[in-house]
Amino acid sequence: MTDGIPAAPGTEGWFQDGPDGFALLAGRCTSCGALSFPPRTIPGCPDPDCEGLEQSPEPLSTNGTLWSYTDARYAPPPPYPRPPDAEFSPYALAAVELTAERMIILGQVAPDVPDEALRVGMIMELAPGTLVSSTGVEERVWNWRPADHSEDSGADVEAYGAYSSAAEEASA
Amino acid sequence: MSRTDSVAVAGVGMHPWGAWGKPFVEYGLVAARAALADAGVGWRDVQLVVGGETIRNGYPGFVAGSALSQALGWQGAPVASCYAACATGAQALATARAHILAGLADVVLVVGADTTPKGFFAPVGGDRPDDPDWLRFRLLGATNPAYFGLYARRRMALRGSTEVDFAAVKVKNARAGSLNPNARFRAEVDTETVLKSPMVSDPLRLLQICATSDGAAAVVLTSEEYARRLNKDAVRIRAISAPTPTYPRTVPDFPYLASDSLAAAAPAARSFRESLAHAAYEAAGLGPRDLDLAEVYDLTTAMELDWYEEIGLCAPGEAEKLLHDGATALGGRIPVNPSGGLSSFGEAIPAQAIAQVCELTWQLRGAAGARQVAGARVGVAVNQGLFGHGSAIVVGRA
Repeated sequence: MTDGIPAAPGTEGWFQDGPDGFALLAGRCTSCGALSFPPRTIPGCPDPDCEGLEQSPEPLSTNGTLWSYTDARYAPPPPYPRPPDAEFSPYALAAVELTAERMIILGQVAPDVPDEALRVGMIMELAPGTLVSSTGVEERVWNWRPADHSEDSGADVEAYGAYSSAAEEASA
Repeated sequence: MSRTDSVAVAGVGMHPWGAWGKPFVEYGLVAARAALADAGVGWRDVQLVVGGETIRNGYPGFVAGSALSQALGWQGAPVASCYAACATGAQALATARAHILAGLADVVLVVGADTTPKGFFAPVGGDRPDDPDWLRFRLLGATNPAYFGLYARRRMALRGSTEVDFAAVKVKNARAGSLNPNARFRAEVDTETVLKSPMVSDPLRLLQICATSDGAAAVVLTSEEYARRLNKDAVRIRAISAPTPTYPRTVPDFPYLASDSLAAAAPAARSFRESLAHAAYEAAGLGPRDLDLAEVYDLTTAMELDWYEEIGLCAPGEAEKLLHDGATALGGRIPVNPSGGLSSFGEAIPAQAIAQVCELTWQLRGAAGARQVAGARVGVAVNQGLFGHGSAIVVGRA
């Protein structure tokens, strides 16, 4: 990482950070191209019709629409870190559907974003985030935040199918 | 009706839900003895014991069938223990049913019991970065209610649902639960109380989210012939479906951090949750119009509304109307969660799907007392849990 913050436990190989900016890395099946996030740690492909075993790292796009959001008003149980001498601070969670990959990825919302700024359908972008471990060590994670000049995409109806069913769309 | 693919529910029993803090086996024994007595079957007559596992009670929890058999006194019957998150009880019932249909057993005792710690469910201990359940807590602090909050907010955005709609589900279920001696929460609740309860994961407040509970439920399943001899053949399991999701998954279902990409592969015609009841209807040869009642897994009030649509009680987007018309309340056209649901019970994971079948059985026998659904002949029970688990069970009168 360019700022020297090490990846949080379990996320080694999940991030790309370089001249092109910060991105999440999916695993891409070298046989059929199917994406997995987090990247698989076990050889195989998520597509049941593919027998591919190999994956290569593939940066995911960093923009999408806000599929939904919520927050945590109460401290979750371990293993969520509790930094020493720190009060629990509530945080928001976002589920963002990447526009290019049509894949919904969860993440905490950047801590400086007020809850009332969030609205389903708005454009969100990925940002590096920092978690503080229970021993007080900074760890790299990812955050979602409203994109600069965010406005409603108007295309959220497309994500409708991701929640409801394709059958419904087909019969409409 | 006599079908070669049906088994009889000869007996049912429960230990009341609560926060008693006793060993889970103790609850299981109470439920098991009640179910055996209800069936008129002796413990020595049981040919297989299927236990729903609990993952929070040490080794006995993982070998629940054995722990319960030992507690009842070893009588030699083989045991099976299984775990399928919230669908554990359904998997246990499916195992029992399969043995009976295959002719391997005539009488099977199915038991689920749990002792549950207070507060948020947490992953099993230890540092396990290859476990999605560990990762979601460690990296995101994404509790079950956080996932529920995402689904509820999504429903509000798509369907225009409001907090008041969600609260009306709680009011309805609390009323039904007040009539159920096995329910943990038996006080009626008004809308204002729901809307003033503390926010947990916006838009869900404490009284919109099910609690975690202790409790136990047991069922004695038998072959048709055995049930006729017992004269306990009134209620039948018509179908149990427990499909897994199909690729690509369209929703970031818990405990995963992402859905699958829809860019390259088209999703199945039905969502995973829709596929649960659909598969059971197909197997039973009936449809949602044939139902007299339903028990649905209301982990939250908002989720109960999702189920109305997903099990075909109404068209997508019409769940709020169905609710406000009173159709899903006791006395309505298609009562949902006449037991009071998870809203009134709280979740005792391995017992819950079995408890749903207990309720359907009492209803179909006409033995549900003050919460009786008049003339009930066919009911469905559905649930969904972590890691791609879910089930639907159709129960009908003979």
